[in-house]
Amino acid sequence: MIVKHLKLDGINGSLVTLNGVQDAANEEIVELHLQDGTVRTGRVVKIDGEEVTIQVFEGTRGVSMENTSTVFTGKPMEVALSPEILGRVFDGLGRPIDGLGPVYPVEKRDVNGAPINPVSREYPRNFIQTGISSIDALATLIRGQKLPIFSGSGMKHNELAVQIVRHSTIADGDDFAIVFAAMGVKNDVAHYFRSSFEEANVMNRVVMLLNLANDPIVERIMTPRVALTIAEYLAFTLHKHILVILTDMTSYAEALREFSSSKGEIPGRKGFPGYLYSDLASLYERAGMIQGVEGSVTQIPILTMPNDDITHPIPDLTGYITEGQIVLDRELDYKGVYPPVSVLPSLSRLMKDGIGEGFTRADHSALSNQLLATYAKVQDAKALASVIGEDELSAEDKLLMAFGREFEARFLTQSFTENRSITETLDLGWELLSMLPRNMLDRVDDAVLDEHYKPQA
Amino acid sequence: MSKNKIYGINGPVVTVQGETDLSMMETVYVGNSRLIGEVIRLQKDETTIQVYEETAGLHPGEPVYSTGSPLSVTLGPGLLGNIFDGIERPLPAIEKEFGPFIGRGAQFSPLDTEKKYAVTLTVKPGDRISGGDVYATCPETPVITHKVMLSPLLSGEITEVMPDGEYTVKDTVAKLKTDDGKIVDLTLQQKWPIRNPRPIAGRLPANKPLITGQRIIDTVFPVAKGGAAAIPGGFGTGKTMTQHQLAKWCDADIIIYVGCGERGNEMTQVLTEFSELVDPRTGKPLLDRTVLIANTSNMPVAAREASIYTGITLAEYYRDMGYHTALMADSTSRWAEALREISGRLEEMPADEGFPAYLPSRLSEFYERSGYVQNLNGTEGSITLIGAVSPQGSDFSEPVTQNTKRFTRCFWALDKSLAYARHYPAINWTLSYSEYIGDLSDWYRDNISPDFIKYREELCALLMEESSLMEIVKLIGADVLPDDQKLIIEIARVIRVGFLQQNAFHADDTFVPLEKQFKMMHVILHLYHRAKEVIARQIPISKLLATGLFDKLVKMKYDVPNDKLEMLDDDIQEIDTVLDRILR
Repeated sequence: MIVKHLKLDGINGSLVTLNGVQDAANEEIVELHLQDGTVRTGRVVKIDGEEVTIQVFEGTRGVSMENTSTVFTGKPMEVALSPEILGRVFDGLGRPIDGLGPVYPVEKRDVNGAPINPVSREYPRNFIQTGISSIDALATLIRGQKLPIFSGSGMKHNELAVQIVRHSTIADGDDFAIVFAAMGVKNDVAHYFRSSFEEANVMNRVVMLLNLANDPIVERIMTPRVALTIAEYLAFTLHKHILVILTDMTSYAEALREFSSSKGEIPGRKGFPGYLYSDLASLYERAGMIQGVEGSVTQIPILTMPNDDITHPIPDLTGYITEGQIVLDRELDYKGVYPPVSVLPSLSRLMKDGIGEGFTRADHSALSNQLLATYAKVQDAKALASVIGEDELSAEDKLLMAFGREFEARFLTQSFTENRSITETLDLGWELLSMLPRNMLDRVDDAVLDEHYKPQA
Repeated sequence: MSKNKIYGINGPVVTVQGETDLSMMETVYVGNSRLIGEVIRLQKDETTIQVYEETAGLHPGEPVYSTGSPLSVTLGPGLLGNIFDGIERPLPAIEKEFGPFIGRGAQFSPLDTEKKYAVTLTVKPGDRISGGDVYATCPETPVITHKVMLSPLLSGEITEVMPDGEYTVKDTVAKLKTDDGKIVDLTLQQKWPIRNPRPIAGRLPANKPLITGQRIIDTVFPVAKGGAAAIPGGFGTGKTMTQHQLAKWCDADIIIYVGCGERGNEMTQVLTEFSELVDPRTGKPLLDRTVLIANTSNMPVAAREASIYTGITLAEYYRDMGYHTALMADSTSRWAEALREISGRLEEMPADEGFPAYLPSRLSEFYERSGYVQNLNGTEGSITLIGAVSPQGSDFSEPVTQNTKRFTRCFWALDKSLAYARHYPAINWTLSYSEYIGDLSDWYRDNISPDFIKYREELCALLMEESSLMEIVKLIGADVLPDDQKLIIEIARVIRVGFLQQNAFHADDTFVPLEKQFKMMHVILHLYHRAKEVIARQIPISKLLATGLFDKLVKMKYDVPNDKLEMLDDDIQEIDTVLDRILR
């Protein structure tokens, strides 16, 4: 029997309250029928006896206490899944917006998912070549990893993400697909991604979920969950290798804050709810691989650091959950270095087990250690040069300065279309290190040096 | 049918209206699907319960079942080598039931009830035994003998004993007549509430080091067996790496590794690595001495709060058998955040940064469960606690780091700039400290060398001197320094790169015996003393550097295998020969 509740008992931001509800379930989906015939969707977020608080995804504008009737569906938030979703475009709740009609569901799944049992996980160790030297050599991407890009407004994170998609070997041979979730990004950005996918001729393997900057904020909270449910379905049921791009996580977290404060919750740091960590983890932890099951979910979340501040709660908590981070740097960007990857704070935690003999090349780990250690010294030399002038530097520091310039100009910099193989990248690294005298390379075994260190005569 | 019914639901917090028969901290089953929960607040007409599983789909009006006992863990053979969630449900059993994704509302026996152990009874009828006394033993893994102890709450006379043989954890192996005349069946397992420390006979001074094979820890900032240490550090600084290294190499008998709100892949890594890696002391897989508790960041938050108590209770149980245990908690900040999250749902008045006002007292209760103790049965055992802290925004002034600092005596501060330069372990030597040095100096004197503490102090003094010299170098460059100060900078480089930096992926360098650590320190300081003589004779430092001795010492950690320590004595000879030639 379907019970229709007439009228509401309170509206506050995106939340409405309803009294006298007998049998609501926590997190159940409700439909709000407005007098003008439109239907909005909401979710039960709190139950206090017969008083139920509902979060309305499309917002409460135009809703009045009198003109609305509410129906409880008895089901959690679900998304319709079928192999046909590839190539389709949906809104933030997974409803088609490309005019191609509804998806005929083979299966429906709860968007909240369930945690993967750590015992069932397969430890990721498959190297993905992105064709970008700074990432491949120094912060290697591994299949099944979650590796976010920490960027700032105005930097070229979108280009970088597209370049990774176009050149990464995840796109070769194996059965792959991309799930793209836009949260609060501008129309042009969504369009840019879409046209890039078309240019790369992969659009029939992309599922797009668009919650754009002018779409309802509450819907945004569900967007990544829908995206990841789709990704899990494609990966573990249809056995594809899935790359999930989530952009922009900052808008997502801000939506969560807005929702939390309208619920009257006690705020934590910078007004974000105390459960921001758990909430972000419930998204990021959905990356991975499962033992004995073909398929993988690799995540590249993109977030813009407010005021380029890496200690802001959003990048900070993200970094604690994800397996490393790729940090973009404003100064490099100004200098015209593309991609402006700041290699020192960038890191890939899964790299140590996915590189070396049998994966990339035996000298990879030694080279990346030495490059980073040397580049860290370049920063010290730069700081000193800005005080006493480059002319006054010691001979060693002058060599470091020269190395630093070459490293930025030749190793970090590459064009949008340039796709370097891992061998090219590693050889380039050794070529640059060979500018320095051998005793400055203290991170490398002599045997490795003998093989790769080739100073110019 | 239970008369307690769900009234309100808010995230993991459920309320029951009206008077109930529930008691504080009692375990309850919530709803028709019997989710596990715990009573956390009782008021005249409302009871508040925190639920350890996802509450989506729960209806008001569903029953709440009482169990009559507080949240407890089952203790007995079968813990070692296993992996549990935060409330001691075995993850392999959950996998068998639900597949790769974790389902809800299932009850599992924490221990394998089918497996038979070869039990030896150590009591006979008529023996009087009291709490903590061992009445049976069995090999739990090839390296650890499990001692089955009488629950600390019981005492009495043994009336009946089964013959030695194969038993499961549920079989009765003996019968006890308690002092008040009741007959109790003794099996191989017992229960203990996780929030109550297990009783001990008394505390003993902690004056033996926990040997970890990590130079910066063993030599510079050692922790005692029975001590407590904190590892704070921002993301990417290597907290987890350091915890893994300690869990692999430290000389405790039993390791309890608690992954509290951390990454799923990391737990998978520990699980696979520890079953492959061989313990150098026993020749058996490391997993044979390890219990893993994994409550990853996406598993329910209330169970995360419970996970460190589950961990410490298991550690206490093995300590009671007379073992030295070490508990790694990664990360205590996630536990503190779980406290904050639940406190927020209860609408408690927040203190610092939204954390509840009882954060310091909870932290101190936890860290005080470490210690070197005399057990009820007369044996000695210890628990060393090593807690990782993930400070918000890498800012050590935040509440969790500050309060942890108050209750631990060892502080290994991980440093972002060291990690950026790939200096691992990225323990900053100017911010870190160990208060155990004084307590341990006798042990080092008697077991390693009378000079150990003296050398350590000199090493630290050189590093301190270097860091103040570096302030000048940053402003005017190294060229203007006089040669004796340049020498300090050079020797400090050898200490930093050749001694403090340690390569976890190098076969010899990943674990370094104390003797080698001492000899390496000796060689470095010997070079310093002799070089100082040379500089004092107005011979320029460039001549010293040209000998290549400094570069040689930087690489001695790789060049000298752990079983060929006499090579380090040869290095001292070489230093003497080369420098004597310069002096001549």
